[in-house]
Amino acid sequence: MTVNMTKGQAISLEKNDGATLTAVRMGLGWQAAPRRGLFGKRTREIDLDASAVLFADKQPVDVVFFRHLVSDDGSVRHTGDNLVGGAGQGGDDESVLVDLQRVPVHIDQIVFTVNSFTGQTFEEVQNAFCRLVDETNGQEMARYTLDGGGQYTAQIMAKVHRSGAGWQMTALGTPANGRTFQDLMPTILPHL
Amino acid sequence: MTAELVRGQNHALPQTRLEIRVSAGKPVVAGATLSDQQGQVRGTEWVAHPGSPQLPGLEVSQQAAADHRLAVDLDALPTAVDRVNVLLALPTGVGGPARFGAIAAPFIAVTGLDGTEVASYTITDLDAESAVVALELYRRQGAWKVRAVGQGYAGGLADMLSDQGLPGAREIASQILDAVARGLARSVSAPPPRTADGDRVRRTAPAAGSSSAAGGAASRPAPDHQAQPQPQPQPQSGPPQQPASAASDSPVNYTHPKRRPTAPPEPPPSAPPTQPDQPVAGDATGWDMEERLYNQIWGMFEDLARAVAAYRSAVDFAESRRDRELDQALSDPRSRIGGAGDAVRETARAKHAQLVDQARQVLDRDLAQLKAEADVVEPALPPAYAAWDNPTWHAYRVPFEVPMALRLGDLQLPESPELQIPLLVRLPLERGLWIDSGRSRTDAVADSGELRRLAMQTAVAHAARLLAVYPVGGFTVHVVDPAGSAAPSLAPLVNAGVLAGPPAVGAAGVMEVLARLTQRVDLVQMAVRGGAADSLPPGLDTAEQLLIVNDFPHGFDDRAVTQLRYLADEGPAVGVHLMMVADREDASQFGPVLDPLWRSLLRLTPVPDDHLADPWIGHAWTYQPALIPPGSQILQQVLDQVVAARRAWLR
Repeated sequence: MTVNMTKGQAISLEKNDGATLTAVRMGLGWQAAPRRGLFGKRTREIDLDASAVLFADKQPVDVVFFRHLVSDDGSVRHTGDNLVGGAGQGGDDESVLVDLQRVPVHIDQIVFTVNSFTGQTFEEVQNAFCRLVDETNGQEMARYTLDGGGQYTAQIMAKVHRSGAGWQMTALGTPANGRTFQDLMPTILPHL
Repeated sequence: MTAELVRGQNHALPQTRLEIRVSAGKPVVAGATLSDQQGQVRGTEWVAHPGSPQLPGLEVSQQAAADHRLAVDLDALPTAVDRVNVLLALPTGVGGPARFGAIAAPFIAVTGLDGTEVASYTITDLDAESAVVALELYRRQGAWKVRAVGQGYAGGLADMLSDQGLPGAREIASQILDAVARGLARSVSAPPPRTADGDRVRRTAPAAGSSSAAGGAASRPAPDHQAQPQPQPQPQSGPPQQPASAASDSPVNYTHPKRRPTAPPEPPPSAPPTQPDQPVAGDATGWDMEERLYNQIWGMFEDLARAVAAYRSAVDFAESRRDRELDQALSDPRSRIGGAGDAVRETARAKHAQLVDQARQVLDRDLAQLKAEADVVEPALPPAYAAWDNPTWHAYRVPFEVPMALRLGDLQLPESPELQIPLLVRLPLERGLWIDSGRSRTDAVADSGELRRLAMQTAVAHAARLLAVYPVGGFTVHVVDPAGSAAPSLAPLVNAGVLAGPPAVGAAGVMEVLARLTQRVDLVQMAVRGGAADSLPPGLDTAEQLLIVNDFPHGFDDRAVTQLRYLADEGPAVGVHLMMVADREDASQFGPVLDPLWRSLLRLTPVPDDHLADPWIGHAWTYQPALIPPGSQILQQVLDQVVAARRAWLR
C-alpha cells in the first residue's frame, strides 16, 4: 500500500500490523528529459547523486554518499553511484539502505538529498522520484515524485526522523543548488 | 458437456480410460481402493496410495499435492473388481490443516484422455472429516458409471478403510500417512495458498437430466450393497457430516454446490514468534567451509568495528552536547545566582548519562551477539585459522592444499576485551612480515633483551604455522641469524629439522643466503616473463620461500641491504617472502632510505599493541600475536608431523 506523498507530508513508518520497520531503502530514479533541436539524438547523461546526511540534534554527524558508501556505524549503506540515470525503466537508479534498528541512538534525523553532479538543472531531468521501500518484504511504502523541473541543481527530498519509539518520514521537496551535499547544508538546516 | 454432479448423483462414463483430476488448494493425499461386488476391499493389493501408487489399471500420485491426476483404465482392472473408490485424505504430522473444513472445498473431475470433462463434483459440507470418499466408479449392467459420494470420515483414513472391510485397515492407513509424510519431508515446501475461487471457475451449464435427484436409490453412498453385512458407513466417531441445511435426515445433499458459500478460507498462519537467530559457524557466502569461515570472520570484524563506531560516536556526541550546555549555563549571567544554574547542569549531566546508557545498551546487545557467534565459530576453525590452543591442532595432519588464509593473531577493542577477532591474512603472503622487537608504546616489557627474545619466539610461531599449513614440499624456511643470538628461540625449528639449512651466521652466511634467494627471484621472474616456466633449472626449489632475518642490520653491508630491499620488493610476486625480526632504531644509521622497506612490511608485535587499523573506520585495534601456550608441546608435535610427512614424500 503505497502512499503518494505531497510536499511537506509526513507519514509514520509503521507496518500495517503495528510492528515497527527494521530496514528501509530510499530509492531514487530519474531519466534525462528528451532534448529537442538539431542534435536531439545525441545521448545525454545526467549524473544525479543521492546522499544521506545523519544528524544528531541538528549537527551533521555522518554522511553517506558516493565517496563514503557506508556510514561508520554501518547502519546506512549506499548501493553505489549511478552516473547516467535510468534508461526509461522507472526502477531505482541509486538507493540508500537504512537499517533502522542499528542507527546509533543519538542520530535522530536522516536527510536524503539529490544533487546534479554534472551541473544540469532539474529542467533536464524527468520522471524523478524517490520512494521508500520496506526492505524486509520489498513493498513500497511511500513515493514522492518530483514536480516539474526548475532552475536548480539539487533537491532535498525527504527526511526520516525519530518520533517516539518509531520513525517518521517527511517529504521535503525543497529545491537547492550545489554539486554535493556540502553545498546543501544551509538549505537543509531549516528543515531539521 | 460436463455433468456437474451433486452428492449421490451418478453419470454414465463414455469410455474406460479416464483421468481423474483433483484440486484442493492444499496438499492432500489422493488414493483409490478397489472393492468387489460385496463392497469389500480384499487386501492391500487393492489399495493404491502414495506408498504403492500403481495397480493394474490404476495409478495415483506418489505424494500429497494440491492438484492430482489419477489415471484409470477400467478395462485393465481385475475382473473381480466391481467398484473403484477415489478417496482423499489430509496428510497428518506435517503441520497442515487437520480437517477438510479448514480448506477450500475439494474439486474433482473425471475427464477423458483428451482432457474433456465428463463429470465434475465439488465436495462441499465437509467439516471435521480428515478423509473422504470422493467418487466411486462402479459397474452397472456391464457398463461403468461414476457417482458423487462425498462421504467423509472424521476418524480419517483408518476409519474409511475399515469401513470398506479392509483387513488391517489401521496399519495400512498409518503406512500411507507415513509414506506421505516422508514424501513431504523430501519435497519443497507447499505451494502458496490459492484463492478458493481460482480453482473452481467452471462452466455453468449443468448436464441435461442431472437436476433431478439422480440415482433413485441414493439413500446412502453405497446403495447397491445394502444387503451386505457391513458396518454402517456413518462415522462411528465424530459428528456426522450432514449439513445443517439439509431439510430432512436424508444423507443426500441436494444443494447445488454453486449456491453454497464456499468454505471459509484458512486464516493466514500467524507469524512464528521472532527469536534471536542462533549463530552458526560458516554463516557466510563461499564455495567451501574454509571460505565461508573466512568471510564470516571478516564480517564479524566489520560488525564489531561498526558497532563500536556507533557507540563511540554516540558517546562523543553526548559529551559534546553536555559540554555545550554546561558552557551555555556558565555564560548565562542569570544562572550564576540561585539554583537555576545547578538545575541546568544537572539536566545536562542526566541527558549525557541517559544517552551513554542507551548507547551502551545497544553496544552490549551487539557484543553479546558477536560473542555468541565467536563462541561457535572459534571451535569450528581449521588449523590455519585456529589459535594454537585450539584442539584442532592436536588432530593436525599435513594438508594437501594451501589454505586461503593464515591466522597471525587476535584483534580486540578496549570496549570489548572479551571479544577477540582472529586476524587472518591471505595466502600466499602479499607482504612481508616485520616482527618489531623495538620498544612499543604500551611498554609492557621494559627489558629490550627480553623483547628481542619474545619477538623471535613470535617469529618462530608464525614460521611454524606457515610450515604446517602448506602441503609437503610447499614451503621452505631460511634463517639468517648473523650473531647467533636467537639460537634458543630457533631451537624448535632447528631440532625438528624443518629448516632449509642451519641458520646462516656472520656476514658471509648472510651474503650466501641472500645471493641464493636473489638468484631464485631472478630466475623465476625471467621464466614468468618469458612464459617459459618449464625451462627453470631442474634443481630449483619450487616451494614458497620464507627468509627470517634476525638482528638486522647486524652483519649486513650496503650490498646486502640492497639485496634485501630487492627481495622485499620483487619477492612476494614470485613466492619469496621476508620476515624481519628487528628494531627499527637499530637501522637508524641508514637514514630514511629504509623507510619504504619498513612500510612495505606488515608490522606485528611480540606483545599486545594497538597499531593495527581496520579498513572501514580506522579504529586502533589491539593486536595480540598467536603464540604457543606456555608449557604446550603442540609445536613439537606439529613439526614432527611435518617432518614425518616430508620423509614419506621423499621416499
